[in-house]
Amino acid sequence: MTPLEVVTPTAASGLFGLAWLLIALPLAGALVLLLAGRLTDAWGHLLATLMPIGSFVLGVVLFVDLLGREEGARAVGVPLYRFIETGGWRIDAGLLVDQLSILFVLLITGVGSLIHVYSIGYMAHDPRRRRFFAYLNLFVAAMLILVLADNYLVLFVGWEGVGLASYLLIGFWQHKPTAATAAKKAFVVNRVGDMGMVLAIMLMLATFGSSAFVDVDAGAGQMGGTVATVMGLLLLLGACGKSAQVPLQSWLLDAMEGPTPVSALIHAATMVTAGVYLVVRANAVFTHTEVASTAVVVVGTVTLLFGAWIGCAKDDIKKVLAGSTMSQIGYMLLAAGIGPAGYAFAIFHLLTHGFFKANMFLGAGSVMHAMDDDVEMRHYGALRRALPITFATFGLGYLAIIGFPFLSGYYSKDHIIEAAFEHNVVVGVLAMVGGGVTAFYMTRLMLMTFLGRRRWAEGVHPHEAPAVMTVPLVVLAAASVVGGLVLNNWIEGWLAPAVRAEAHEASLLHFTPVAAVTLLLVAGGVALAWVLFGRRGVPRTAPSTRSPFVLAGRRDLYGDAFNEAVFMRPGQELVRVLGRADETLVGGGWSATGDVLAGLSQVGRRLQNGFVRSYALTMVAGVGMVAVVLVLGRLA
Amino acid sequence: MEPSYYLVLSAMLFTIGAVGFMVRRNAIVAFMCVELMLNACNLALVTFSHAWGLLDGQVASFFVMVVAAAEVVVGLAIIVSIYRTRRSASVDDANLLKF
Repeated sequence: MTPLEVVTPTAASGLFGLAWLLIALPLAGALVLLLAGRLTDAWGHLLATLMPIGSFVLGVVLFVDLLGREEGARAVGVPLYRFIETGGWRIDAGLLVDQLSILFVLLITGVGSLIHVYSIGYMAHDPRRRRFFAYLNLFVAAMLILVLADNYLVLFVGWEGVGLASYLLIGFWQHKPTAATAAKKAFVVNRVGDMGMVLAIMLMLATFGSSAFVDVDAGAGQMGGTVATVMGLLLLLGACGKSAQVPLQSWLLDAMEGPTPVSALIHAATMVTAGVYLVVRANAVFTHTEVASTAVVVVGTVTLLFGAWIGCAKDDIKKVLAGSTMSQIGYMLLAAGIGPAGYAFAIFHLLTHGFFKANMFLGAGSVMHAMDDDVEMRHYGALRRALPITFATFGLGYLAIIGFPFLSGYYSKDHIIEAAFEHNVVVGVLAMVGGGVTAFYMTRLMLMTFLGRRRWAEGVHPHEAPAVMTVPLVVLAAASVVGGLVLNNWIEGWLAPAVRAEAHEASLLHFTPVAAVTLLLVAGGVALAWVLFGRRGVPRTAPSTRSPFVLAGRRDLYGDAFNEAVFMRPGQELVRVLGRADETLVGGGWSATGDVLAGLSQVGRRLQNGFVRSYALTMVAGVGMVAVVLVLGRLA
Repeated sequence: MEPSYYLVLSAMLFTIGAVGFMVRRNAIVAFMCVELMLNACNLALVTFSHAWGLLDGQVASFFVMVVAAAEVVVGLAIIVSIYRTRRSASVDDANLLKF
């Protein structure tokens, strides 16, 4: 294997010295809103919205600066301060602005800003709106730390920060027990992944003596095969937790308990893609381990089918989108696992997915807003007249995700499917089938929500959302449409130095047999959904069914049942046994000691008989004994 | 001056005091026995002080006297109040403070 070329970041100059402001702005917003409390109730949400916009503007300026540089100088290191200094360890905190991280910065701050704007309308009547915006800002800051860090340990700070923000926001409506439970579940499942992440970082520190990207990249060539495999698998475990991939997928569907803008920003567009970022960033490790790379591909493929299956069976609009998110991230991870040929495609799909999925989630929020927070698609129907803007923007997002020609999903997903075919035919076929299933469940969602007959509950009068909510929808829809066209020819060449990939010749009108068959499958999925849900109409209550496929899908493919049977119940049993052992062995032992001492005291207290003269006798006897001992001591 | 006479006297006084305290029931007598023991100690302190030609023992005996005087004030008050409530000055009758 040829040793990898290590990209040494160039020193920061000019505006790059201000890169820390990208993180500091939203962080300051969160601090002001949380510390100043009710003082900021009136204008806090506006301040919080300005912060990510400020970061976005700075991100664009830096991006333009990078565009103007030559290829070798596009990775800029911004050292900040010494993070840890203890014994022989020196760990510096710094930022790395390169081709990969700047794209994430733009996605996070761009989509994040739009979602902040949308939330002004969506959360207008919530009494705790200021707190919501503070948490959103906190999330943006943590996510930016995650993608801008130049060191896995600093990355981990952001990694935990987004976990915290995600927890706070899923459980934002904490008065609902389901939301509080969902937040805890997300936190606990994420801890499992974080364990993998922590162990991977420890392994890096032990192997390379450093966790900085440059040192890991430089040392990756010399490490043993087993170490590389273990490190890769641990990183994959971390990625699975954050990105809701099998086997740590169970939290994402419940996370939909959070307010819808949160689902759009955190649980669709940005945070859940952190796992993909991690795998792409750690490409030097995965290049040296066939086993871990294959594991990434397998996890991605399994999850893309898993999520699609769940998406087909759910009647809750947000859960369909959540299943779809799992599935799309599965595509990204699959691409990232393929290796240098797939990294750029993974990031490409990540960006386009960020656009169209945020768009659709916000559209779903707009629908819920109109339907009095009902999420049951069987209660929708015929909303295209009532919500024309939402329908139009959602429809464009829909066309983008199913891969309608020339929309963004068409390019990004086709690249992944083709790369999968080149990697392994089985994986390619499965990815292709996933594309067909995606078309099926998304068409089902469209038919049940916007088309067909109205099945609204009594007293519901849907109305279009205010402009502050529809404008972000329009912007995101536009990005979903043109994102693919704009990025297609450019992104591979742009990312190639950062992910050490060789750029392919990409064309806007490329048409291969694989693409043709994929399109046929997509058309088949759409047609099948039309036959089942468009022509026949949708009953208002879910039809009872004996089909094991539907039943399994409705129960999230038994993910929770599996966790309960394998981890929860044996865990509870173990705790019960340990508790009993503690009670009988440890507690019993100490109780017995206490009982013995109490019994002795019962005997001893008889000495306290109340007669002063007997006490005097005791004292005299004691003094006599001391005197005898002294005298004998002298004599001896 | 032969200090051993004084020391023997001191020991005899102390023994009388100690034995008296243990065998007599009347609180006043027991109290006098306590005083006797304290004064026996004083005698020993003064004797040694004289024998060594130092003032330490004399000073210490003053402290003992001060403590004894204070003790008499408190002790007699207690004895009087016990006698008033229980119509008895026997130390064996005042035996309620026990297990």
